[in-house]
Formats: sequence, C-alpha cells, structure tokens
Amino acid sequence: MTWWMWIIVALVVMGGIAWAMRAVGQMATGNAPAFRDMPFGVAYGYVIGVAFLAVVVWAYLQSMSAETAVANKFYFVGRAVEGVIMFSIAAYLFRMLGRAVGTYWTRKMFRSMPLTAAFGILVMLIYAFVAIFAGLLAPYGQAEILPFANIVPGGNPALGGDPNHIMGTDQIGRDILSRLIYGAQNTVGIAFVTTLLAFFIGSSLGFLAATLGGWLDQLLSRTVDVLMAIPSLIFALLLMTIASVWAPQLGIPLTYFMVLIIAVIDSTRVFRLARAVGANIVVMDYIEAAKLRGEGLGYLVFKEILPNATAPLLAEFGLRFCFVFLTIAALSFLGVGIQPPLADWGTMVRDSAAFINYAAFAPTAALPPLLAAGAIALLTVGVNFVVDWMLQKTSGLKE
Amino acid sequence: MDTVLRIILQRLALGLVTLLVVSIVIFVAVNLLPGDFAELILGQGSTPEAVASIRRDLGLDQPMVARYFQWLSGMVTGDLGTSFAQLNFQTNLGGAGGVTVIEQIAPRFSNTLFLAGVTAMIAVPISLILGVLAALYRNSAFDKATNIFTLSSVSSPEFFMAYLLILFLAVLNPILPSLSNIYDGMAFSDRLNKSLLPALTLTLVVMAQMMRMTRAAIINLLASPYIEMARLKGISPIRVIVRHALPNALAPIITVIALNLAYLITGVVVVEVVFVYPGIGQLFVDSVKIRDIPVVQACCLIFAAAYILLNLTADILAIISNPRLRHPK
Amino acid sequence: MTDQLLKIRGLKIEGRSDETWNPIINGVDLDLKKGEVLGLIGESGAGKSTIGLAAMGFTRDGVRISEGSVVFDGVDLVTASAKVKRGLLGKRIAYVAQSAAASFNPAHRIIDQHTEAPTQHHVMSRAESTADGIELYRKLRLPDPENIGFRYPHQVSGGQLQRAMTAMAMSCRPDLIIFDEPTTALDVTTQIEVLAAIREIVEEYDTAAIYITHDLAVVAQMADTIKVLLRGDEVEEADTRTMLSAPTQDYTKSLWAVRSFERPRKPAVVSGAVPVVSVRKIQASYGKIKVLHDVSFDIHAGRTVAVVGESGSGKSTVARCITGLLPPSVGEIAFDGDVLPGDYRKRPKDQLRQAQMIYQMADTALNPRKTIGQIIGRPVQFYTGLTGSDRRRRVDELLNQIELEPSEYFNRLPSELSGGQKQRIGIARALAAEPKFIICDEVTSALDQLVAEGILRLLADLQDKLGLSYMFITHDLATVRAIADEVVVMKEGRVVEQGEKTAMFLPPHHAYTDLLLSSVPEMDPDWLDNLLTERGIDNIGDAAVDKM
Repeated sequence: MTWWMWIIVALVVMGGIAWAMRAVGQMATGNAPAFRDMPFGVAYGYVIGVAFLAVVVWAYLQSMSAETAVANKFYFVGRAVEGVIMFSIAAYLFRMLGRAVGTYWTRKMFRSMPLTAAFGILVMLIYAFVAIFAGLLAPYGQAEILPFANIVPGGNPALGGDPNHIMGTDQIGRDILSRLIYGAQNTVGIAFVTTLLAFFIGSSLGFLAATLGGWLDQLLSRTVDVLMAIPSLIFALLLMTIASVWAPQLGIPLTYFMVLIIAVIDSTRVFRLARAVGANIVVMDYIEAAKLRGEGLGYLVFKEILPNATAPLLAEFGLRFCFVFLTIAALSFLGVGIQPPLADWGTMVRDSAAFINYAAFAPTAALPPLLAAGAIALLTVGVNFVVDWMLQKTSGLKE
Repeated sequence: MDTVLRIILQRLALGLVTLLVVSIVIFVAVNLLPGDFAELILGQGSTPEAVASIRRDLGLDQPMVARYFQWLSGMVTGDLGTSFAQLNFQTNLGGAGGVTVIEQIAPRFSNTLFLAGVTAMIAVPISLILGVLAALYRNSAFDKATNIFTLSSVSSPEFFMAYLLILFLAVLNPILPSLSNIYDGMAFSDRLNKSLLPALTLTLVVMAQMMRMTRAAIINLLASPYIEMARLKGISPIRVIVRHALPNALAPIITVIALNLAYLITGVVVVEVVFVYPGIGQLFVDSVKIRDIPVVQACCLIFAAAYILLNLTADILAIISNPRLRHPK
Repeated sequence: MTDQLLKIRGLKIEGRSDETWNPIINGVDLDLKKGEVLGLIGESGAGKSTIGLAAMGFTRDGVRISEGSVVFDGVDLVTASAKVKRGLLGKRIAYVAQSAAASFNPAHRIIDQHTEAPTQHHVMSRAESTADGIELYRKLRLPDPENIGFRYPHQVSGGQLQRAMTAMAMSCRPDLIIFDEPTTALDVTTQIEVLAAIREIVEEYDTAAIYITHDLAVVAQMADTIKVLLRGDEVEEADTRTMLSAPTQDYTKSLWAVRSFERPRKPAVVSGAVPVVSVRKIQASYGKIKVLHDVSFDIHAGRTVAVVGESGSGKSTVARCITGLLPPSVGEIAFDGDVLPGDYRKRPKDQLRQAQMIYQMADTALNPRKTIGQIIGRPVQFYTGLTGSDRRRRVDELLNQIELEPSEYFNRLPSELSGGQKQRIGIARALAAEPKFIICDEVTSALDQLVAEGILRLLADLQDKLGLSYMFITHDLATVRAIADEVVVMKEGRVVEQGEKTAMFLPPHHAYTDLLLSSVPEMDPDWLDNLLTERGIDNIGDAAVDKM
C-alpha cells in the first residue's frame, strides 16, 4: 500500500511549489493585484493543472517508446490523447464551417457555441450517418457467420490476426467491426424509438394534466409518483423477467417488450417535466387572455402552450435519450436486453470483456470491448454536451 | 416545532403508503406471469401430481388477495419465501424444503451495504469539496475542466468506467485486484482492498452527479442577496462561507447526498456484475436470468424500500434544516 | 476640500454578455462631502445601482470597472487590495439593499447579523453592539425594540426589516451609507415611516449617504443634491431645490413634466343612465378565505373608474370576478343592464368580446412565440371572422391606433420590443375585440415614468375616440389623479369610500383614504417635514401601521 503515500507526498510537494510560485510572482511583479490577491488555493490549482498536463505529455511520449513493453503499457493513453486532440480539431473545424455556411440562424447559433457543443453535434451527425448507412459501410453482415472464429483483433498475422478482419471475429466467427457498425443502427435506433414513444406518452399526458387539472391530474400524478418510487433499472429488470416468459408464448420478440417497458418507465419522467412546464405556462396572462377570449382546449394546448414548451422539451429529449440508451445498454450488458442475432454494443461488451486481460502484452486485443463501451459513452457524452449548452442558453443569462 | 413534527409525520406516512403501493405493484406485476409458478418451476413435461403438490406447498391454490397479504406479512416478519431455484434443486433430489430467500439475501445484502458504504466514504467528501470549489471559481479553467469531466463520466455507462479502471489499475498497472471475491471471515483490509475497484467505479459514477448538483446549489446560494450583503459588510471570505452560506446550504447538500446514494442502488447492479462482487445486485441479475421469482420479488422490494427510505430521509432532513420551518412565526 | 469624503472620477463600468464586454457606465464623476446626502435618480437601466455598488469598490459577477477611480477618504477602492477594502466595508461604508427580506440571512437572528460587522471590525464588543442595536431600533421606532432583534428575519414584516437593515448599516457608525431603492418594494403608507426613520437617523449621526431611487418625489425628501442619470451617463446635477424648480436639461424637464399630466374633467353622469358595468354586492372567496365583502360600484359609458388600494386589498379580485375567472359566491355583475353568468365559460362569445383586459406585466401577457401580427390578428379573426388581407388591414389599423408603424412591427416577436411597446400591443389586442369596456390592471406600474405617461395619454385618447369605459386597478395615486373620473378605495376586501375624483381629493376623507392620500410623496422638498409635523412626529410609524 505505498501508492497512496506517493500521492500524499506529491500533493504536499506541489503545495510547496505553489506557495513558492506565488511568493516569487509577488516579488517579481512588485505586488501586482493578480498575485497580491491570489488565494493559496488558486496557486495550488495552477500547479496541479500544470503537473497533470506534464504527466499526460510524459505518458504520451512513453507510448511511442521503442521498448514494446513500455509502449504497450501506455498504448491506451497515447490513443486517448490522440483521440481527444483529433476530436477537438474536428470540432473546431466543424464549428468554423458552421459559422461560414448555412442560414442566418444557424450561423448565429454556431457563433455562440462552445467547442464542447460543436463536438456533441459532430458526434451526433457521425452516429446518424453510420446508423443510416450501416449496410453500406460494414464489410460483412451483422449475423453473417464466417468460417474463421476467434481471430485476434489488430490485423497482425504474427499475433494471430487477419488484415481482412481488422477487429477480429468473435467466438462463432462474426466480423466484429461489422457488428460494431451495425450496433449503431440497432442500439441507437432502438433507443431512439423508445425515447420517441416515452415522449409521446409522457408529454401528451403531462400537458393534459397541466391544462385540465382536477381529478385527472391527481390520478396521473399519483400513479407516476408510485412508479418513480421504484428505481428504474430495477423495475425494468423485474418487468423484463416477466416479459421473457411471455415473449416466446406470444411469439413476439423480447426486444419489442423491452422498448415498451422502458418507454413506459421513462415516460413518468417526461410526464413530470411536461406537467411542470405546462403548469408554468398555464398561469401566464396570455393563457388567461386566450381563455377569456373563449378559445377551446385544442387551441390552448397546440397554439399557446406547446410552442413555449419546445425548448425545455427538446433538452429533456436529449437527456431522456441518453438515459434510455444507457438503460438499454445496461440491460443488454446484463444479458436481458437486445437479443441476438441483432448486433448490439452492450452485448458485445459482455461477450468480449475477457479480452481486456490481454491488454498488457497485446493492446489491440483489448480493443473490441473498449470500443463498444466507448461507442456508447461517446454518443451519450456528445448528446449531454449539447443538452448542457442548450440548458445554459435558456436559463443562463442571469448567471 | 409543532409544525415541523406534523410535516415530518405526514412525510413518514406518505412514505409508508408509497411503499405499500409499490409492494402491490410488484406483487401484481409478478402475478401477470402466464400460467403458473408451479409449471414454471418444474418446466415442461412435469406430471400433474407434481404440479399440484407444488401448488399446495406454495399456497398457489389460494386467491390472489390472500396470497398478497401472506406475502406481505412474510416480508414484514423476514420470511421472504423459498427460492424457486433451490426448491427445484431440492425437489429433484427428493429432499424436503429449500433454502429460504432470506438465507440467500442476507449475506449478500450486507456485502452490498459495505460496498455502498465505502463508496459513500470516498465519493461524498470529494464531490462536496470539488463542487464547492467549482462554484467558488466558476467560469475558471478549473470549472470548465471539471464540467467536461463530470459530464463525461455522468453520461458514460457504468461498465465503461469499470473496464477502464480495470484496464489501468488492474491489467496495465497491477495495483488493485479486478475480481472481488469476498467471503465471510475475511480480514477487513483484504476486504477493503478487494472492494476498492468497484467502489472507485461507483464513486466516478456518483461523484459527477453529486458535484454538479453541489455546484448548482452553491452558485444559487452565493447569488442570494444576503451573501452579497455579508460581503458588503466587509466580512472575511471564509466567514461568509462558514457562517452565511453553510447553514443555508445544508438542506440542498443533504438532498444531493441522499439522492445520489439512492442512485447508487441502481448503479450497484451493473458494477457488481462486472467485478463479480457477491452482492444483492448480482443475485438479482442472476435470479432474473433463471426467473427465480421469489428472489426477484424480494430484491425488487428491498431496492425500492431503500430508494424510498433515502428519498424520505432527504426530505425530512431538508425540512429540519430549514430555518423558516424551525422558527415559525 | 478637506471635508471631501468620496471622489469618483471618470468611472467606466462594463458588463459581460456572452463573450463580449459592453459599457454600462460611460465615465461618471461624483463628489460627496461629509454628512451630505446625494440622490441618484434615473429610469431602469440608467446604472444607478451599479454606481452605488462601485462607490463601495464592489461589482457584481459579470460586471467590472474598466477605468476611473473611486477615492474614499484618500483610498482608491478600484486598486486597493481585497483586505484594505474589507477593512472599510461595513465599518466606514455601509449598504442598505432594496429587498430587506432577501438581504437578511434567514438562518440567523436579526441582532446576530447586526452585531457581526462591529465585532468583526473590532469596533465594539458583542454585548455593547447588542445594547447599541436595541438603542438604534428604538430610535428607528421599531415596535418592541428590546426583543425584535431576537427574532428571525422571516418573523418580521417588510417595513420593519427595512428599518432593521438601516440600523444594521448604522451599527459601526459609518461615514457613508449607500441606500439602494430602500422603499421601492413597500406600500405607500409603510414607505413614509421608513423614509422618516432613515432621514432622521442620517441627520442625527451626520452620515453621508447616496440615495438611489427612481422616484423623484422620494428623492426630493431625502437628498441635498440630486444627480440625474440616463443610460450610464450623467444628465445633470444640482442642489435639490434648484433641480426641482429649474432643471436645465430637456430629459430632466420631461421627467418633471410627467407629474403634471391630468385629464380635463368630464361632465357628470346623467342620472338614470344604465351603467356599462354594474357590480352589485358581490362576495368572493379563495377556498375558505373570504376576500371580498359586499363590493358594489357602477362604471358608466365613456368614463374611467379607478379602483385603489394597497396590496391585499382585493382590487385584483374584483377584476377576476368581473371577467368571470372567479365567480362571486354572492351578488351579481351586470353588463349594460343584463346579468352576466358568474363563470366565463358560460358566457356567450359576444359578452366575452365586450369586456377586455390589459395586464400589468406585458412580458407575461404576450405569448413570446407569436409575432405581433399573430397576437393582434387572432382576436380580430376570432371575433369578427376577418381573414387574409382584410384581417391584415384591420391589424394595421390597430397598430396605427397605438402609434406603432405596422410594416415595421407586424412580423416582430414580443422580445424584440421595449416594455412600453409591449404594453401598447396589449392595448391593441384588447381593442381588436372592439370592446365597450376594458379592465386595466396596474398597466403602468412596471414601466418607467415617461413611458407610463405615454401609455396613459394613449388610453385617454382612445377613450375619447372610441367611447370606451375603463376600470383602472392601481395602487398609484398619481395615476388616479391623471386619468380617473371616479375613484373606489378598497381595503381588506371592502369598499372604504367611493365617489367623483374631484370630491375624493378634497377633504373630508375617510381615515384610510386620508392616510393613503397623504402618504403619497410630493415633489416638494418640505413635504415630508410638513406631513410629519401635521401627523405629530411621535405618532408616525407604528401608530399609523398598527391602526391598519
């Protein structure tokens, strides 16, 4: 247990450096306000930040070491650093493109956009592209069983790889790269459909409850309270157990049940939001004016309330999508979600997880589980960046 | 104090009612199963006599309402029924009676509590400190970096975090064990060592959310006029935080902690599976796969009860720490 | 200049929006001598509060001082270290905020917050400061001064809190106090007490003060000199009497002129004429709480009835009863002699059309997602059935009536309009229904004075042209004086007094009307003195409040 002692020593040393740096700064600049009013914590923060950057640069250089053992050890750090830099550049260029072309509104939008949001939009576009054209992009079919099973990823024949299967094949001989690409279609597509369904159920009931109020509102709200008192993943697992018994009897694929179950569970959250947003709008004077004019329920909901609820609902759609996507991934990972032969990232992670143990001597072998899990993470991170920006834009002017 | 007491009693009653309704929902959901438990246990090709005998043993020949109350009273007294899997096993061997659900769940439950406890010990202090720092130095490079970091980790699936940690801390740098094979009678330090990687994974998952919520609560608080007033009275920054911000930050911070501990409950399932940690989450998933209904039912109720309890605690603590309610007009 | 206390030179302040810094204050100078009270006045967005805080060397988040100096007693607060500034704040410069309820920490007793500055700055011990606080509370005429400090802020009323905050500002006997709109959130009758208390204590300790407000009449009572600001620039500065009697700048003159707007008197109502709206002995309640008790009044064709009262008097509830949002439990409302159904949902379209409403907050009264053309066009189409180019023509006509250029505004969204313009759109939407009767709910209270006057003049013109009847709900007696023909005074859900305006503004009044009328500050620097003498100094404050 010496690693944690090293950490403590490093923190103390950095504290000393921070103190010295501030003192030197104060003397060198003749007590300029920037150094004079600098709290110790801020100086410490700078030192930690610099130290962190130094470690990252050092690790990256290690990953290009001539010694295979060292290079293997830092292989993932190296690829991660490259990935971050590449995506940052791509996001930057993408934002520049957005600022240059397009309509007045899109250009205006891109001008105020932080890099993280540009990154998020870029990721979403790439995923949409891959999902739509999966059939053209993938070299093999998602369920196509090839005669060569268990080919090691990396494409290096010396290590048991095959250049035709850059990511290798799984234990029954399906091309992993193709399954990764098809995963975009299946995992993202199913999550998207589920979210749409959850939104349709949740928001229509939510607005109805907010506009009408009374016993309907009470009934719906109390029901939702109870459903939300059960943790959603647990509830989903319970219902999936039941569905897994029903599915073969009814001859309906389990995946359909999963979509329905998750949509219903998630619609409770949408209902809460839609009702709250709706309730805030309903008390506005312009709604009162419309009511006093004698307008009907349809006009009130669709012409007066809905246009004002689009911004929060859109942000919620992003968050809900992430949540649904992660729930489905978790279910698949646990083995009760999207069923074979459909290629799916969560299932792939579970099936290939053991490869991680080879990372020390054959880093590329560990790629399939990490890529599948990373593919899930990348999309949710991207969507979350965009949502975060949208939420800040609508609420953040005061702060 | 009267009003506070009344509100707290109301909340408690509400929590109890919710738990009751949730138990009904779980019971009814399970009873939506097609056919019969008995057939499910014995599988196809079982003799009608065997089915009838199991039905009698399990009380399946009684009406649903009666069975619900039986189940509920069992739950309250700690008799969670008999596991199907064990029952099946025993029946096939011709033995009498099976292992009860409680015998299966009890040790696992304490393991899970241990894991959650370790996670909370790491996650709560770190995320509160980082959250407050991010709020104090908002819009700085530190704030932006933590924002990106927390957004990323909050939106990554738990198993991604878990495998990344395994990759870096177990495979590439063998510091911690990647398998959490915990058993009774283990030395505490060993136990801690083996639980550390799953606890760190959960920490990453929970910490991000907790930090973001703490940051938002503190920013909200620091924007209030009385903080500006305190600063305009020439009071030192530390005193402003300790005396003016902290008493009012208690309620939101308690809420943040409780909500995230409640979130741990969901996170624990996946993480236990990844690390093969013998907790209630893994038991739950295994039971789901083999359709061991009594265990699924019991686990589900335990998870829901813990979730409701934590939310209730948050509610009540927030009420107690609200000066307006503590000192009514 | 040995008694110079504060010297601000070339102060420029910027605020951040998105990534750019925009100027808020463009180079203001300010001088303050010891014991002098300076009034800073201006409309919203003039930068008064920003200057007030900058005088303490303080800026809010997202705001920065870009240039200039703020020298307080020889120390430049712009460049001074945080530590030096902390030593001055609270001890020698104190601050009184607009909202006392929000500026007291809810977690601590009032007296503990009072003693904080003296003990932290080592001016007094805790016990001394507590005793001194009680003494100050007594001087500020807070009820039960011995014990009020030991209560929590939410247990004390707004007007009392505002005085407790003044006491807190006084706790170290500072040389300078910044008052940032201390009475804006208070009702008129409460405002008087706070004003009198503040002025007395500032005089007693010979404290210099900067008094920030948008209310000219208030500043006239408080300040020795007045500085007028407009969008971050100084317009002019002079001593109070000169400024009131002989302003030199056009902007100042126009501000002063607002107060003099008054409509010519209309002929009396012909006896026996059927009133447009007749409220007959209505009672109403929210849940179990009864909020209206036997309210009756008539509104005749072409006339304006002002319903006056402080917050909680039930004046808005009357409007809700008339529109049918809250059906009265007892009594009835007649329109042109016909009794209306209590619930608006039971009223035929034509009855709904006849009575329209204009709201206080134009921001929430206009759907932010609809263009001006859609907002006005909808009632046109809904009530008259006009579509296409006919509808467009009618909308253009209405826009012309409210003095906005149709081609320019038709496609705009409400967010692209100023507050006054939005209120005009609200008027046009009401006119689109071609009503006989319009309820105006505090229509000018959210607007700056100049803009408010424009709205009042527009409403008066429209009344003359279209023969409309108005019900004006307001708490502002200046508005009543400007536009009303008849006045209904309400208090706690009852009509206290009602009659012709001219009669109402002459004595004898009902005691409450009298209090209300006399509490409205006037543009005379001696007004507060006279009033206090008249009421008897000792009587002011609690006595007046407790009666209510």
